[in-house]
Amino acid sequence: MDDFLVRALAAGVGVALVAAPLGVFVVWRRMAYFGDTLAHSALLGVALGFLLGISLNLAVISVSLLIALLLLALQNRKQLATDTLLGILAHSALSVGLVVMAFQQDVRVDLMGYLFGDILAVTITDLLWVWGGGVVVLTVLALVWQQLLAITVHEELAQVEGVPVLRTRLLFMLMIAMVIAVSMKIVGVLLITSMMIIPAAAARRFSSTPEQMAFVAALIGILAVGLGLAGSWFSDTPAGPSIVVSAALLFLVVQLLPARR
Amino acid sequence: MTDASSLVKATGIEVSLGGRAILDRVDLSVSRDRIVTLIGPNGAGKTTLVRVMLGLLKPDAGRVERMRGITIGYMPQKLQVPENLPLTVRRFLRLACDREEAACEQVIQELGIAHLLQQPMQNLSGGEHQRVLLARALLREPDLLVLDEPVQGVDVTGQSELYALIGRIRDTYHCGVLMISHDLHLVMATTDDVLCLNGHVCCSGHPENVSRHPAYLELFGSKVADNLAVYTHHHDHAHDIHGNIIEKQEHDHG
Repeated sequence: MDDFLVRALAAGVGVALVAAPLGVFVVWRRMAYFGDTLAHSALLGVALGFLLGISLNLAVISVSLLIALLLLALQNRKQLATDTLLGILAHSALSVGLVVMAFQQDVRVDLMGYLFGDILAVTITDLLWVWGGGVVVLTVLALVWQQLLAITVHEELAQVEGVPVLRTRLLFMLMIAMVIAVSMKIVGVLLITSMMIIPAAAARRFSSTPEQMAFVAALIGILAVGLGLAGSWFSDTPAGPSIVVSAALLFLVVQLLPARR
Repeated sequence: MTDASSLVKATGIEVSLGGRAILDRVDLSVSRDRIVTLIGPNGAGKTTLVRVMLGLLKPDAGRVERMRGITIGYMPQKLQVPENLPLTVRRFLRLACDREEAACEQVIQELGIAHLLQQPMQNLSGGEHQRVLLARALLREPDLLVLDEPVQGVDVTGQSELYALIGRIRDTYHCGVLMISHDLHLVMATTDDVLCLNGHVCCSGHPENVSRHPAYLELFGSKVADNLAVYTHHHDHAHDIHGNIIEKQEHDHG
């Protein structure tokens, strides 16, 4: 197997492993569109990273967090519904990012690469980011798992029982921002949410505990990465979209399986 | 702490949301071994007051003093586990306490939910659901139990059973209980104090007295009063939809 394919596989598996356990919470907490918004704003992070000459990963994480905080502040004013706010933030951030990029004539950016990912061009540095960031995110997630689950079931009950609700919610946003930052180059900002949601949704039918669902989702994600890369290798299709197509097909197959019990 | 026996004490609570006054100078205090019931029509601010007492909502004016170091068991009005979250009753209860299985056993037996432990939360009937919520509140060994409409979605026989159970819980756990109820006549036997709320405190005191208080009768109309009569006398007349509890709007106080 070629080197670049091994790196692609390693990166894809890393993304699947970290996106799935976060993805189950995104699904349970109905935050799919929120994830999308953070992902869209990642492009603004890339543009600002180039403009200021700082680490792109750092810039993406910072911008995602800023957008998340902005959303919290706007939500508290209670004038517009959350989906409207998300729509405004997602597309404004994406567009501002594109405009900022256009102003930087001297920087040649592979826009398609950021939008849809370029998993076959993954470098060792990218791999380190994915796996390093992945380990950090999974460690934090394991530490706050119980609390995150408690506020997902009922936020006020959890608060009365002593769960630090705001801190847990902020940590969750931070983890999503980190996953987006490290997997942006692999599946792209427009497709990263699908790596969180589709495997999680597919895993629901096989799971009777929250942990099981996260685990099965990770397996389905890894399978989708393998199938997508194989498809891309044999029929020369774009790798990122092929992975998402595989995940969607797996989801469909799962729905067609006869019900248990 | 002004009142040594008060687990939680609120004075002069005022809350307004969107320019509309929800609570107006409300005082409320719950002591150990007492059951205090909040009654009042929809929109009277019962849940808002409970949220203020729990510290979930900051009042615009007034003070809430909670005794230091007390544990609160809370049963929220609506708890719907997301359909796509696989969560058994056992796991749901474990979210509240990581105590030994044996310690939880007593609560589980008391509430008669042992046979439900392996069930997904989404499969429970109304009565089972409420008992599981109550169990989660009890597992924390609370000093203060706060119950927001504990009998909602429970059939009438189940309702009086659940109220009787709450009474027994007060006796065994020696906790204070603050609960919201819609109908006074069902909680009458259980409760020590009643606070009739409609933005402000209409009347309060012993349930027998509140049920005869002019402000209460005015607020709830003749239907509830008739129902009370029906309970002590017999079915000597029929009821129709006249005198609906909530539509009675013309009440005012000096």
